[in-house]
Amino acid sequence: MDVLPYLVAVWIFLIGCYGLATSRNLIHAVGCLAVCQSATYVLLLAVGYRDDATAPVFSDLEPGARPVVDPVVQALALTDVVVGATVTALLLALVIQVAKRHGTVDPDELSELRG
Amino acid sequence: MNDLLPLLVAVPLLGAALLVAAGRRLPRVVADSVACAVSAGTAGLAIVLSLNSSPPMVEWVGGWTPVEGRSVGIVLIGDGAGLGMAALASLLTLAALAYSWRYFEEPPRRHAGSFPALVLLLQAGMCGFAIAGDLFNAFVWFELMSVVAYALTGTRVEEAKAVQGALTFGVVTSLGAYAMLMGIALLYARTGELAMDGIGRGLDAHGLPDALVLAAFVLVLTGLLIKSAAVPFHFWLPDAHAVAPTPVCMLLSGVMVELGVYGVWRVYGTVFAGPGGIPAADLERVLVVLGAVTALIGAVMCWYQRHIKRLLAYSTVAHTGLFLIGIGVLTPQADDGVALYVLGHAGVKAALFACTGILLDRYGTVDEHALHGRARELRGVAVMYVVGALALAGLPPFGTGFGKAVTEKAAGGSLTLLYVVASVVTAAAVLRVAARVFFGLGPTPADDPEYETTGAGERPETRHRLSRIPDTMTAVPAVLLAGSLAVGVAPGFGEVVAHAVNEAGSGGAVVPAPHWTPAGVLLDLASTVLALGLAALAVTRPDLLAAPSHARPLRRLQSGHVGDYVAWVLVGATLLGALALPGLLA
Repeated sequence: MDVLPYLVAVWIFLIGCYGLATSRNLIHAVGCLAVCQSATYVLLLAVGYRDDATAPVFSDLEPGARPVVDPVVQALALTDVVVGATVTALLLALVIQVAKRHGTVDPDELSELRG
Repeated sequence: MNDLLPLLVAVPLLGAALLVAAGRRLPRVVADSVACAVSAGTAGLAIVLSLNSSPPMVEWVGGWTPVEGRSVGIVLIGDGAGLGMAALASLLTLAALAYSWRYFEEPPRRHAGSFPALVLLLQAGMCGFAIAGDLFNAFVWFELMSVVAYALTGTRVEEAKAVQGALTFGVVTSLGAYAMLMGIALLYARTGELAMDGIGRGLDAHGLPDALVLAAFVLVLTGLLIKSAAVPFHFWLPDAHAVAPTPVCMLLSGVMVELGVYGVWRVYGTVFAGPGGIPAADLERVLVVLGAVTALIGAVMCWYQRHIKRLLAYSTVAHTGLFLIGIGVLTPQADDGVALYVLGHAGVKAALFACTGILLDRYGTVDEHALHGRARELRGVAVMYVVGALALAGLPPFGTGFGKAVTEKAAGGSLTLLYVVASVVTAAAVLRVAARVFFGLGPTPADDPEYETTGAGERPETRHRLSRIPDTMTAVPAVLLAGSLAVGVAPGFGEVVAHAVNEAGSGGAVVPAPHWTPAGVLLDLASTVLALGLAALAVTRPDLLAAPSHARPLRRLQSGHVGDYVAWVLVGATLLGALALPGLLA
């Protein structure tokens, strides 16, 4: 079994978390969250991959003629993309409001809620 | 009957779509009425279904039934526990909508339907999560309710704090959701199944647990524990509750956080409980340790708040810890107790938030110090506040006291003490607020500019400060408190809940139905008296209980910085792994 794709997914997730934890700009932070999410895409596609297999589209393929990759994870990845687009759009809209109301997008300067 | 299950999600979704489409043209009253009718209809359906949920219903959506034991379709499970949570979520949604009837005097301009539509979407997400029998589907509902909750938290976009709290909430919870999705992908890789019981069977067939199962367990639990605000995943919750509109707080604290606990219970029971999953001793260690830390930190932080909404939010954190301990001891009796406790807590906590919303709209502040003695004329609200606080301490015969007594008995030992301490401290904090705000007792607190969020300078959520409290805003907390009381006194209710929970969770284990015991009543009364005593001490001798300097570092952890919170999530996930590891090595 080739573990490289799985290690890549873990690495992408952790690097996204590192970016989130150290970010000095909220737009950058939302981008880091999207990086974390791309780790889930890589992991899902790695799970469904099969050697020498083709796309699971049966319009020009005899069923059983040759192996296909797992279509379920592709459906999951597509759903995940939709979810991610919603979350990113909403968070970016909130960042715009933060910029308008606070005049900054640096999380270090947002200290109204504490204690 | 099975066919009706998807309606629990479809009806609120359609209602929301209708309100979004027609909301511009509808007058305010019509939009609110439609929303209330839809949520009430869903609540009625959920109650009818949960009364008929024995044996549990299984519905393969769209007729995609399994072939030769392998499934690709989406399965909904309608058992007593899931439908009960759906009913609770729907009833609280109805309460929140009724409360907001006169609450936002001016909805977003020309969008009368947008707030009720979002609340209905939240209801759809919560109902879907409660009845999801498929792990990926549960993730999708989890995300739906989270995204709507961020939007609702930031409803007042013109407020600086509101958008900040909503952003923190969004980043932390979404990160948890992605962690959960990675865990689901690992489980799919091992078993080729997405239905929860299918994954459970696949894990057992594979043999003893290994690193992959541990990783999946940690990742899935991280997502669910962020939702249920267990320490150290809880930092988003006080910030979000401090800024969200009051009807939204009622839903977040009353049922959404508890759905995270429910998710942990459901996922452990169906996915990880078998021989191929996580050994019971490990799960017990994980949940009891995290629950104990959560209960203690929540109670301490609750005590030191002066922003009333944050105080109630930390009280929710403390109670979440108690729920986690309850499901962590893994006995059917404790599960019954937690179910009753959650039902009772939902009514009480939502009622307390509703009363706090009245304060905010009448006086324009939720700062305990600034409100000292100002709310003397609100006699009815004062009574409800005190009753709610005493119910939080476990005053018999409230549902909170009933659930607490049953869980304490099942948990036993030193955990009983923890239950008493956490409920006493959180209730005493609320009683202290009531004594100062409604009765003006004790010296006026000194206004020292400390490291904290005060709650002063909050804008009322209505257009003008209320001169007269609308009847809907006082009726809703009264009904909620009555509901919480009914959980404790309705004859046979405990039996019904226990039957539903045990059939869903412990494979129909036959245990004696929960009932009031003399020991439980005595412990509950003792908690109530202790809470009254502690509150009296805090009001009359504030110096004695002032924040000691060693409590400061704990409060500084709540820094309001999203990066810090993300770092704590990683620490928490590592801690989860470390706590669950020993059983796998053995």
